[in-house]
Amino acid sequence: MSLEGSSKILRAVPREKAFYFFTSIGNYTGASAASLKEFVEKVNEVNVKSLEFHLYRADFEKWIAQVLEDAWLAGEVRRLQKFGLMGEPLRNQLYLTVSRRFKRLTSPPGAIQF
Amino acid sequence: MRHKGPASFLDAKDLEILRALQEDSRQTYTAIGKRVGIAHSTVYDRVRRMERQKVIRNYTALVDLERAGLKKIMAIMTVYTDPKETERVASKLAQSPEVLEVYTSLSDELLIMAKVVASSQEGLHAFVANSVAPMDGVLRIRTSIITRKVKETSVLIDDYLEGLHL
Repeated sequence: MSLEGSSKILRAVPREKAFYFFTSIGNYTGASAASLKEFVEKVNEVNVKSLEFHLYRADFEKWIAQVLEDAWLAGEVRRLQKFGLMGEPLRNQLYLTVSRRFKRLTSPPGAIQF
Repeated sequence: MRHKGPASFLDAKDLEILRALQEDSRQTYTAIGKRVGIAHSTVYDRVRRMERQKVIRNYTALVDLERAGLKKIMAIMTVYTDPKETERVASKLAQSPEVLEVYTSLSDELLIMAKVVASSQEGLHAFVANSVAPMDGVLRIRTSIITRKVKETSVLIDDYLEGLHL
């Protein structure tokens, strides 16, 4: 991916376009993410019920695709749904997916990824 | 005996008129006068005065949304806020058409309670997620969908009338 493409995905978005973590309809946890970096951090911290709620409503993939404009990551997150994970295994897998993407986008071109 | 209110001094007859209007605001001044024991012209004068003083703010219809075929989701939303932002958040909420009532409370934590209406659970969630959560000063939100209404009234005059020993 070009530097320009990476920068676009990594940018901070305005507050009204941030991702707001809920645990159920109308119940906001107080956690939000306005960039991929913040999203990775919050996936590691929020109540796991919030991850379950949003993953299976496809909220994460929509936000990643429409706001961050990262179609590749949106596809990877969508794929997680089919494993039917819940609780900490879901958090671990989601964290692995988004943090790897973040590392890849922030690594210098040509750097080896593990 | 007069009741000291913020906008005016109301006597027992005024309060009886208000109670009658709260029960049925379409009844005639003659009917109210008979009930209260004063002339219909006096009822008219008192009602006009209370309208001017904004004691009577409006005459409206209570619509049964279900019977009207307008199925709606009602919810009570509790918004926990940064104390510095509470008034501003409450004012912004009050401007939203989805919000029917807004209250602030100083109980355990500084918070706002609002009655919210939406066409569906998804509509309710979209409103909370897109319009309320992003407001500056909102710390967290609890929303409870109302499943059954046991009572709803705005008639509060009885306590005052009892205090006047009518």
